Amino acid sequence: MSNPKELRYSKEHEWLSPAEDGVSAVGITEHAANALGDVVFVQLPEVGDSVSAGETCGELESTKSVSDLYSPVTGEVTEVNEDVVNDPSLVNSAPFEGGWLFRVRVAEEPADLLSADEYTAFSAG
Amino acid sequence: MSSTAPRRTALDALHRSLGATMTDFAGWDMPLRYGSERDEHNAVRTKAGLFDLSHMGEITVTGPQAAQLLNHALVGNIASVGVGRARYTMICRADGGILDDLIVYRLAETEAGSSHFMVVANASNAQVVLDALVERSAGFDAEVRDDRDAYALIAVQGPESPGILKSLTDADLDGLKYYAGLPGTVAGVPALIARTGYTGEDGFELFVKPEHAVELWQALTKAGEGVGLVPCGLSCRDTLRLEAGMPLYGHELSTSLTPFDAGLGRVVKFEKEGDFVGREALQEAAARSEANPPRVLVGLIAEGRRVPRAGYPVVAGGEVIGEVTSGAPSPTLGKPIAMAYVDAAHAAPGTPGVGVNIRGTHEPYEVVALPFYKRQK
Repeated sequence: MSNPKELRYSKEHEWLSPAEDGVSAVGITEHAANALGDVVFVQLPEVGDSVSAGETCGELESTKSVSDLYSPVTGEVTEVNEDVVNDPSLVNSAPFEGGWLFRVRVAEEPADLLSADEYTAFSAG
Repeated sequence: MSSTAPRRTALDALHRSLGATMTDFAGWDMPLRYGSERDEHNAVRTKAGLFDLSHMGEITVTGPQAAQLLNHALVGNIASVGVGRARYTMICRADGGILDDLIVYRLAETEAGSSHFMVVANASNAQVVLDALVERSAGFDAEVRDDRDAYALIAVQGPESPGILKSLTDADLDGLKYYAGLPGTVAGVPALIARTGYTGEDGFELFVKPEHAVELWQALTKAGEGVGLVPCGLSCRDTLRLEAGMPLYGHELSTSLTPFDAGLGRVVKFEKEGDFVGREALQEAAARSEANPPRVLVGLIAEGRRVPRAGYPVVAGGEVIGEVTSGAPSPTLGKPIAMAYVDAAHAAPGTPGVGVNIRGTHEPYEVVALPFYKRQK
C-alpha cells in the first residue's frame, strides 16, 4: 500500500490534505481502513463544529469493533462527506479519495504531523 | 492466558500467501479475513466459502462402554445416536453450568461391541472438556484420547458446496443427511466427511490428517473456482452463525448458565438411562425456567445504524432489562443485529420500547424471535 506523498499524517492514522483557501480534507489511511475491516457506519462532526487536534470528533464502526475518529488539526468543520455517510464502504474502497470524511478550516496545526515516508515507517512498526 | 506463542495450523503458510489478516483466537493464530468479511459472508450465503477450522478440539472416545461414558458425562442421549450420525450436545458441571457445547459423531461399531465416537469441542474449552471426560471415565470400560493434533478441519459451506465436494469424491453425499458423517476419500485424501457447519447453510466439514490439509484445501479451491468459492475467515463465521441464531461459547453460553437458561433445554435428555453429571441441578433449572423464567435469549434488530456489542445494556423505560451477548452488522439484513438476554417481561417479539445503550445513547431495537436468517430448503 502506498501513502500519497502530498498528504500529511497523524499517529492516530488520519490524513490531512494540503490546504486550499485554508481548508483541508481529512480521512483515515488505507492502513487504518484495512485494520478496521469493512466499515459499516460513520459518525462525523457537523458543519460548524469546532474540532481539536488529537481529540475525538466522531466514530467508525466495523464488523468487529468501534473506533474513535480523531481530528488531526484544530479548526472549524466546513463540510462533511455525505457520500461516505450513505455508503461507509467508501472508507475501505477509496480511503484517500472518495472515502474522505470531512473538511476543516485549519486554525492550528500540531507540529508533529508526519510525512508520507514517516507515516509509512510509523505504521509498519 | 498463557504467554506462549499462538499455535499455527497446517494451513498457516497458505493463509499468509493468500494475504489473510490473522488473529489470535483461543491460543491459535487463525485467519480473521482474507479480503472483505462482508463479501466472504455473502459468498457463503449465495455460493460457497472455504474455512480452516483446525483449532477445533477433537477428542476420541472408544471402548465397549464408550456410549455409557458419554451418556454419563454429557447431557444428551448419545447412546441413541446411530453409527454415521452426529448430535449437538453439551457438557455441564454438577451445578448445571455449561462447560462447553459439542458435536459428537458416532463413527463406527466393531463386531465385538466396541464403539468409536469423536467429540468436537470449542478450541477455548478443549482442555477443560478433555479433563472432564477423563475424570468422568473412571469406572467405565472406555478410553478417552486427546486427538487435537491428529486432525486438520476444513469446512466448505454454502449452496454450491455439495456440487464442489461431489466433483472430488465418490462418497454418497446425497445419502449424507444433515448431522451425519461418514469416512471417505476427498481429492485422494482420506477424510471424515460430515454434513455439519456453523453458518446456517448447507455444508460439509472435512476432518483430515494435518499432512493432507494443504492438498485438500488446494483441491477444493480449484473445484470451486468456477462457482464463486472464496476462502473465509473467522470474522464472517461469526456473523454467519449470529444470523443463524447459533450460540457461541463465551457469549451466549457460560458456566454461569444452564442449557435451560440459554433456551437450549431440549438438548438435556432426562429420560435417558443412567445418571449423568448435572442431572439434579438441571431438573431444578428446568422447573425454574418453566415456572419463573429468568432472562430469555432473544434477537434484536436495529432501527438505526449503530452496532450493539457484547456487554452493552439492553434498556426499556429507563431501566436496564438485559445485556447484549453478541452483536454485529448483518450483511444479509443490512442492519445491525444482536443476541441478548432480556428479562422475560420484555422478551416477546415486538415488545415496544426496547433499546440498547450504545455508549450512552439509547438506540431503538426491535425484539424478534431467533434465528434472524433461515435458509430456503
